Amino acid sequence: MADAVFHATRNDRALAFRSPVTEPRNFRLVAIGLTLVLLAVFLLLPLAAVFVEAFRFGIAKYLEVFSNPDALAAIKLTLLIALIAVPCNLVFGIAAAWAIAKYRFPGRAFLISLIDLPFSVSPVVAGLVYILLLGSNSAVGGWLLEDFGIRVIFAVPGVVLATIFVTFPFIARELIPLMQDQGNGDEEAAISLGASGWQAFWYVTLPNVKWALLYGVLLCNARAMGEFGAVAVLSGKLRGETVTMPLQVELFYNEYMSVAAFSLASVLAGLALVTLVAKSWLEWRFADQLATGSRTH
Amino acid sequence: MTTLRFREPSIIPGFRLTFGFTIFYLMIIVLIPIAGLFLKTFELDWQTFTEIVTGPRFLAALRLSFGASLLAAAFNAVIGVLVAWVLVRYGFPGKRALDAMVDLPFALPTAVAGIALASIYSPNGWIGSLVAPNGWRIAYTPLGIWIALVFIGLPFVVRSVQPVLQDFSKEIEEASATLGASREQTIRRVILPALLPAILTGFSLAFARAVGEYGSVIFIAGNLPRQTEILPLLIVFRLEEFNYAAAAAIAAVMLLASFAILLAINLIQVWSQRRFGNG
Repeated sequence: MADAVFHATRNDRALAFRSPVTEPRNFRLVAIGLTLVLLAVFLLLPLAAVFVEAFRFGIAKYLEVFSNPDALAAIKLTLLIALIAVPCNLVFGIAAAWAIAKYRFPGRAFLISLIDLPFSVSPVVAGLVYILLLGSNSAVGGWLLEDFGIRVIFAVPGVVLATIFVTFPFIARELIPLMQDQGNGDEEAAISLGASGWQAFWYVTLPNVKWALLYGVLLCNARAMGEFGAVAVLSGKLRGETVTMPLQVELFYNEYMSVAAFSLASVLAGLALVTLVAKSWLEWRFADQLATGSRTH
Repeated sequence: MTTLRFREPSIIPGFRLTFGFTIFYLMIIVLIPIAGLFLKTFELDWQTFTEIVTGPRFLAALRLSFGASLLAAAFNAVIGVLVAWVLVRYGFPGKRALDAMVDLPFALPTAVAGIALASIYSPNGWIGSLVAPNGWRIAYTPLGIWIALVFIGLPFVVRSVQPVLQDFSKEIEEASATLGASREQTIRRVILPALLPAILTGFSLAFARAVGEYGSVIFIAGNLPRQTEILPLLIVFRLEEFNYAAAAAIAAVMLLASFAILLAINLIQVWSQRRFGNG
């Protein structure tokens, strides 16, 4: 009897505790399983393939690529390009965020749309627009080449320009929503207390947005080092001169130097993984100091 | 009010400097080059332009690019909602790492993704060799292109839906359950409609990205004219032939398409704000 009562209450409790706002256990297990399978097939498999193919013939073969002069030149050029493109977009991002977030003027939303524009332009089209504008048979390109001897297209400046174009919005779009949320109170207080504009920026604004800035730089850098389409169109693929790491991966791959291609690719994949870890860490540690709702790039 | 001002007054200095620099940089890096593309297209007379955009090779590439992108974005919309749902609502070991992994297609350079996908799905690759005995091929067919586009579009829907689902208040679901709705009815008639704007936004972003994608597709595509040749690749071929006008015409068509998609995204957001009071 006591036993029966015990069972009855246990069943009742089990019923009472079934949450009305979640799904049955079996449904949850199937959904989790399906998600794991989908992400494993579509995301983990390609990542694993890079490293498996790179180490297919052992570590000695893997390391060979790092004594290949073309590969070394590509690594150097990629670092150089990131070193130019990221600071350019950093300065722009800060200026744009200051102008848009600190003042109210008509057309701000439109200006933000224009800043986001490069994200919706195909990388190939991004490369093409510079060829049309600065190619040696265009007015501006011919002028630069004849009067200054500067070659832009099929040369390093073109590759830098293409990289700046495709990474254009990254830092601005991290800073703008955050600075809009933070408002002007801190800066107004600093200026009322006698700070100059630069001081207000350096001692008040910058510390407020530093993690978002780092976040934007991280994403901007990853894309700058990894850009392929826009750079492919503009580089002319002169070995050792205008070939970046992703382009060198393509050249190795098309010459059936599979191990070299995947070894160099594994460096870029490593960079992507480091970027993801750092990005997740920032999101976890400084969630309140990053712009929310702008995670789609 | 004695003078008309462009901006509201503020004691914070630096407007002229930052606004001026922003507009200047935007002009030289983005706006003037894009305007130049349209000018180049206008150099073509009407007949040449129509010949380019009605040529069979162009039309085949157009159909392939937009068709494969549409199918990939639609697939991404479905699995994106599932992945976002699982990541927000359910707990399981390794969830945090999985959540971070979703952004891999944004972080991994497209050329790296391209050669990895090509090696997996080629007839002697991990998955390609599984289906090869049945006479099926994935790499170097439109199916391979679709897979590459699914890969690069995967994060968009997940990342648009996730925050909305996170903010969705449990009280509404409880109210629905209290009023006698089954769980399935609550999901279908209460939760999904609220997610719809985010799903559409993610879908449009994935679609726009897929149409313009180049690096991850060309290695797996096979690149046969009229069969597995995408629009961006056709632009590259025209450039290699120094046929700049034709390249510009194709690019102008693609740009107009992306402007249309951008406009659609903005309209979705306006509609969503009116209907649900959130972006």
